[in-house]
Amino acid sequence: MNEIQHGSSDPIGAVDGHDVVSGKPIVPLGHHELRRADIDPKAAIRAERQVATMFSLSSLMIVSSIVAFIKVPNDTLVILPLFGPVNANHITVGSLLGLGIFLIGTGAIHWAKKLMPDVEVTEERHAFASSAEDKAAFGQAIRDGKAASGVGERKIIRRSLLGALALFPLPLVVFLRDLGPMPNKRLRETIWDKDIQILTDATYRPIRPEDIPIGGLVNALPANLLKIEEEDGNLNERGKASIILIRMAPADIVSQQGEGWDYQGILAYSKICTHVGCPISLYQQRTHHLLCPCHQSTFDLADSGNVVFGPAARRMPQLPITVNAQGYLVAASGFKEPIGPSFWERG
Amino acid sequence: MSTNKAIDTVAGGKAGVVGNYLDDRLHGASGVKKLLNKVFPDHWSFMLGEIALYSFIILLLSGTYLTLWFKPSMTEVVYNGSYMPLKGVKMSEAYASTLDISFDVRAGLLMRQIHHWAALFFVAAVSVHLLRVFFTGAFRKPREINWVIGTLLLVLAILEGFAGYSLPDDLLSGTGLRIAEGIVQAIPLLGTYVAMFLFGGEFPGNDFISRLYSIHILLVPGILLALVSAHLIIVFYQKHTQFPGAGRTESNVVGYRLYPIYMAKAGGFFFIVFGVTTLIAALVTINPIWLYGPYTPSQVTAGSQPDWYIGWLDGAVRLTPNWETNLLGHTISWNLLIPALIIPGIMFTALGVYPWIEAWVTGDKREHHLLDRPRNAPTRTGLGVMAISFYLMLWISGGNDIIATAFSLSINEITWSLRVLLFVVPPLSFVITKRACLGLQRRDRDKLLHGYETGRVLRLPHGEYIEVHAPVSDEERAVLLGKNDVAPLQLGSATDANGVANPKGKSGARRAKLSEWFYGDNVPVPSAAELEEAAHHLAHASHSEITSH
Repeated sequence: MNEIQHGSSDPIGAVDGHDVVSGKPIVPLGHHELRRADIDPKAAIRAERQVATMFSLSSLMIVSSIVAFIKVPNDTLVILPLFGPVNANHITVGSLLGLGIFLIGTGAIHWAKKLMPDVEVTEERHAFASSAEDKAAFGQAIRDGKAASGVGERKIIRRSLLGALALFPLPLVVFLRDLGPMPNKRLRETIWDKDIQILTDATYRPIRPEDIPIGGLVNALPANLLKIEEEDGNLNERGKASIILIRMAPADIVSQQGEGWDYQGILAYSKICTHVGCPISLYQQRTHHLLCPCHQSTFDLADSGNVVFGPAARRMPQLPITVNAQGYLVAASGFKEPIGPSFWERG
Repeated sequence: MSTNKAIDTVAGGKAGVVGNYLDDRLHGASGVKKLLNKVFPDHWSFMLGEIALYSFIILLLSGTYLTLWFKPSMTEVVYNGSYMPLKGVKMSEAYASTLDISFDVRAGLLMRQIHHWAALFFVAAVSVHLLRVFFTGAFRKPREINWVIGTLLLVLAILEGFAGYSLPDDLLSGTGLRIAEGIVQAIPLLGTYVAMFLFGGEFPGNDFISRLYSIHILLVPGILLALVSAHLIIVFYQKHTQFPGAGRTESNVVGYRLYPIYMAKAGGFFFIVFGVTTLIAALVTINPIWLYGPYTPSQVTAGSQPDWYIGWLDGAVRLTPNWETNLLGHTISWNLLIPALIIPGIMFTALGVYPWIEAWVTGDKREHHLLDRPRNAPTRTGLGVMAISFYLMLWISGGNDIIATAFSLSINEITWSLRVLLFVVPPLSFVITKRACLGLQRRDRDKLLHGYETGRVLRLPHGEYIEVHAPVSDEERAVLLGKNDVAPLQLGSATDANGVANPKGKSGARRAKLSEWFYGDNVPVPSAAELEEAAHHLAHASHSEITSH
């Protein structure tokens, strides 16, 4: 075991030039060729110096990275060719540290390759299966232990123990109950309702029909959203109530989800994709198509928001709208169907 | 206890004192001695697993650093850090603290980018390492258990990566979480409840980032660490496989000792991986969350792409047609179940059980410590390339919008083409790969019998030109002879010689057919007699018969 095999005819695991396991012919290890550093002391010294240089440079870089960390300002951008503007502190500290670490590696590998012995050695593999005696003794120990505990005969102990062990994890699962509320009607309802004013998404301003030109698109929210968000402290309702308003020539409207749900060619659709719930933002004026940037589901807003392409199975829900006494756009009612992705109970 | 100093001394000097102290208490000397003398075979492809391991260590180090500043909270704050474009913007604490790490903590951006790059390299190295193990047959007996551990590591690495880049709560990661939540909702019967419990109510809620955080920094890394340790201990214990070559047999390992050679080489390689990762993190921006803005469920950026290892899942979701069925008032969203749960489920299960499938088809129950060259297992290699091409088709589909905008093509046509290619390219890849492997086998056999082409052209007295062939080197001959020839299973026919039905006949015949499919086209290594005859011919080089092929 572990002896050097070079030059000898049969390596470990071979007899008469054949593998004792597979029977395949085995070619013995060839003669080992010496490296420059093995024969030429000058080459060896050169290699030694190269390794030491790498290690020393590494130290220098690592210390420099600490100096750079302290000295180079963190709020100054430098323009580097190819890389563009970069934070001066980040790039100096990172480059110095990276090179410093890298040089430890190259030094160590250079040392191993040039100066450490490169003669291949052979080690024996041992069979994995235990000996027949060991296996038998193991089996006997298991059987002895089983007999001593009486787990075989004492059925009542065994069964009651199994029962207890089976029940033990249950509370750990049940106690997770308060992770969240029951679904109830949450996924079916939004905060839209009759007469709720429609506000622009970015600036929260009410919208008059004449603010939207034909072909125009406005991202919008319900006027009651901000107050609810303040109370809830989360963005849940925004994730459901976001809508888009688009205006097209009334003659272009092929169909709607309900009679007169538009207001003078202004249609309101949910912004939340019925596939997996991405907010949809890409609208093509000419075709009236709405494209989801996540998975490319495409909806025809001139034709009831029906799916024309992609993985979404359901049309975009439409919100009936009208104007209030002051002439601002409002919802004529809430959504008539759940918005967003499908779920088991949706039907 | 012996008082004899000569016997008692592990090594001279101070190291000896420490060594003796430890050995008296831990009995290390005998075990560690074996460990230090352990022999590892050398091959560039054995470093792929090392890259995975080192990336994992880098992830643990850089991740620990990040936890010191990151605040995993969805509480809304107004940003007041030094990144001007977002000053005064409302955002979650998670996003604000990630901005702070990127702009106000010195070396914070460096650590964040080291962490992100290392994660990308980790999954990549795990994947390529897995391919190496697959194509060389290193998963065969006795290493099937380690293969399963590796498969689990890949799944966990992907999940851990997704969890990690979801934490900053920027617009891109929030969109990813929204998609994940939509997929969870699609699970029949339980989906709605699971989604509500995971998110503490509806999406996005207040709780998810902090819950995901403990999963990302404690639960999954803990399991990863345990599995990585088991993986390494088994590799150590079973000893590394080696490629066929001079002096290599099924019952030996030829290579260099762990101490000092591999300690220097592998240790050095750790620093190289770490150094390169750091340099890339210093020079190349990754995941610039400050450009995406804070997450809000009403906004999205066009052309958003997940990290590379999620791309194939995203692609599958993009390709699946809009199938949805209604069962007694309940919705089954096949358009999500198929790509996000069924396809990955089948792919990872098939991956995990592959060693047993192959062993069953081939009837090969022997231990294997010498690796197959991929060409020498053409059906396996074909299956592997087929799986890769399937994966690649899905991965390309994940960028169908990028392709459409980059080349001004119709997104619909690209999607339809990819739907077709997903079923055409993989079987084609299988056939081409298998043919190519068999061609290489024929060439190998040829090399053994007729030597290699020296490039020396001779003109014979009667005017014929021939190229002189010479025997291959001993090292190459050893590699070529190391090919594993296995005869297809011969498992009795449906009836025996007397026409009596064989009870196991039908399944046996089927299995024999599968085995024939697996091994049938094999080009055998020349027999000893053939080799001897060929050697005889080659010895008389420049004879005209050497041109006759």
